[in-house]
Amino acid sequence: MELRSPLGRARGPGSAKEGGIGQWKAERLAAIALVPLTLWFMASAVFMVGADLVTFKEWAGAHGNPVLLILLTIALYHHAQMGLQVVIEDYVHHEGVVIISLVLVKLGAFFCAAYTIFSIVRLTF
Amino acid sequence: MASGNRPLSPHLQVYRPQITSMLSILHRMTGVGLVGGALIFTYWISSATYGPEAFDRAQSILGSWFGRLVLLAVIFAFYFHLANGIRHLAWDAGWGYEMPTLRASGVVVLVFSTSVTILTFLAGYWAAGVI
Repeated sequence: MELRSPLGRARGPGSAKEGGIGQWKAERLAAIALVPLTLWFMASAVFMVGADLVTFKEWAGAHGNPVLLILLTIALYHHAQMGLQVVIEDYVHHEGVVIISLVLVKLGAFFCAAYTIFSIVRLTF
Repeated sequence: MASGNRPLSPHLQVYRPQITSMLSILHRMTGVGLVGGALIFTYWISSATYGPEAFDRAQSILGSWFGRLVLLAVIFAFYFHLANGIRHLAWDAGWGYEMPTLRASGVVVLVFSTSVTILTFLAGYWAAGVI
């Protein structure tokens, strides 16, 4: 289905220019990556119900699992951070609060991702 | 942002509830809620690096009745956000905008997320040896 009007096509990407397209693509890319990664995690995590540390480390440190966990962490916090950005921009109407919340959300996402990846790497030793 | 007269996001209470609008706001609510799920994920993974006591504590917190209630909500939010997110990707590709298709895909999302949440919980109980 073609949803763009002839006028819209003539005017091009609008005020957001190429940057808006880049943000749009980044949102979809992280979302697509999360489909297989989260389904894999859910199917694996179910078997960790009631597990002890030895069993958990066997799973978290084995084969490609640390790599998949790190990819999941990156895609998850990247996606979460962009999603919260949209919600903040839509519902917070005070410019200063918007800027402060966006900074906190983005730095918080970086911190959580770095801390989680560090933990995953430590589990492999 | 600078002007106070710009149109605001929809005031939900002035519209008659419909499956399309309700699922749209549920997508946002589950998305925000799943940030909590991400933090639980980080807590769970990182607890394992602090030794057996810390990991066992995390496991027993998540396995308590309150932990299971939170996980039930997170897991439903996850399956809903996943299924409805795929619905969004289909729209991005230009598919599924006809009203009957919109309603049908919404029902599919709800049935999928509810049933797979129950299946996941049963699998968890089975893995724990409870059933």
